[in-house]
Amino acid sequence: MLKISEVPPETRVVIEDVRKTFKLRHTHSLKETFIAALRRRQISTLFNALDQVSFTIGEGESVALLGFNGSGKSTLLKLISGVFQPDSGSVFTRGRVAGLIEVGAGFHPDLSGRENIFLNAAILGMSRREIEERFDEIVEFSEIGAFIDTEVKHYSSGMFLRLAFSVAIHTEVDVLLVDEILSVGDEPFQRKCLAKVRELHERGKTLVVVSHDLDMVADLCERGILLRKGQKVFDGPSHEAVTMMRSDEE
Amino acid sequence: MSRTVASATREGFVRPGHGAGLLDVFRKRYLLTLLVRKEVRVRYRGSVLGWLWSYVKPLTQFAVFFLALGIFLQQNRNIENYPIYMFSGLVVVNLFSEAFSNGTKSLVDNAPLIKKIYLPREMFPVASTLVALVNFVPQVLVLLSVSLVVGWHPDLTQGLAFVLGTIIIVLFATGLGMLFGSVNVLFRDAQNFVELIVLVATWASPVLYQWQMVAKVLPPPFMFVYQINPLTAAVELFHATFWYPTTDGRSGLPPELAVHSVVALLISAATLLVGQLVFRRLENRFAQDL
Repeated sequence: MLKISEVPPETRVVIEDVRKTFKLRHTHSLKETFIAALRRRQISTLFNALDQVSFTIGEGESVALLGFNGSGKSTLLKLISGVFQPDSGSVFTRGRVAGLIEVGAGFHPDLSGRENIFLNAAILGMSRREIEERFDEIVEFSEIGAFIDTEVKHYSSGMFLRLAFSVAIHTEVDVLLVDEILSVGDEPFQRKCLAKVRELHERGKTLVVVSHDLDMVADLCERGILLRKGQKVFDGPSHEAVTMMRSDEE
Repeated sequence: MSRTVASATREGFVRPGHGAGLLDVFRKRYLLTLLVRKEVRVRYRGSVLGWLWSYVKPLTQFAVFFLALGIFLQQNRNIENYPIYMFSGLVVVNLFSEAFSNGTKSLVDNAPLIKKIYLPREMFPVASTLVALVNFVPQVLVLLSVSLVVGWHPDLTQGLAFVLGTIIIVLFATGLGMLFGSVNVLFRDAQNFVELIVLVATWASPVLYQWQMVAKVLPPPFMFVYQINPLTAAVELFHATFWYPTTDGRSGLPPELAVHSVVALLISAATLLVGQLVFRRLENRFAQDL
């Protein structure tokens, strides 16, 4: 059993007996709820997304969260980023945590590329000075060039994704959460993104990665945690985790 | 095995998603200004008149009320400088309505963000109030210029009354916005209910009529309740700022206005506190229920 008081000081993420249950509500207004309650009909059903999961991630580690759809890996990522709260158990993080989670969530189509960079970087937790310092780097990486002052709604979907990804990858972080990086842009840009993620890792950043591209994550990460229906079933070298997951399929 | 005591946090470790509520919003002022600027810039995008709309809307509203109540119902004769009387009240109600109804909808409107990235969610209702304040400025400017034309001389007391009235509304609307906004995530009934409140708000305060008319009908205890309504107090404070100094002073302000204002301020502060508490209570479920 894990205890926050016992983990080594260089730990970045602590997951302590975490349980997350989702209540799927069948009613969406007060009236419906009231009528359902009167008729003693079921108002909601429970779904266990994570069940007593525990592990720690040390500084500079790269961890792949593996599992099939519904195994709880994205839920776990959202617990680490603070979007979700566990129903029992605890999550702790140390340092700045930011995610490449569905990049572009904070973008507004009516603002220019420039305005969106500032808005989004601030949403991801950066200060004004940090953004100004990195602005040129962000624009360069995105390959947007002269279109930076054009409204984002006129961008092609590729340009949009490149800009969004570029902002996210340039945020100042200690722990980088990555959800499906390889869905971004065309192949050359994907390779560039992957190289950037590797570079961050080499500089000592901690990575937590979720992806369905098993070979890619196995190469990118040293450690793999395999989840099955919300339970941790394996925690070890990533290639072994992938092999085990593939054998599940059969 | 269940644990009742949360494990002690070690130095350097934090629980993600456990913020300090409204305090965090002001720690992240830069993000707040960007969110407000975004709303302000986006609002009239693609329209020819652009920012003129923020003058057109209150002026139209004013013209309709003035025609119906000032002329047809002859309030213009009963209340001196009725246009200024009415407009100073309308400005208050508009600020309240906009901040409150947009604050209520702000969480649902920002669902994509709330579901993906953690940031202090109080940011959204607070930003709604600030955007409403930005739209409040042109209306106050119109009011100011008209009052000056009629012979208004601003002084310090009036300035204080204006500031106090604005603070009462800002606190009250933000508190209610947080309260109804967080309930709205679970039950969209909240935003319809808020539309009702906003509809009633114009008539529940002495905006179009005078408090003396209410005093004739309502027994004193109810009259007190009527007058400590933060909206009523703020409207009367705005009357004290812009309208009263331009009249001969015969049909005066409520004698206990200072007391009402202090009580109203306390009610507004309490509303903000309750709003924050309810918000914190429901916040854990925002990301999964939106």
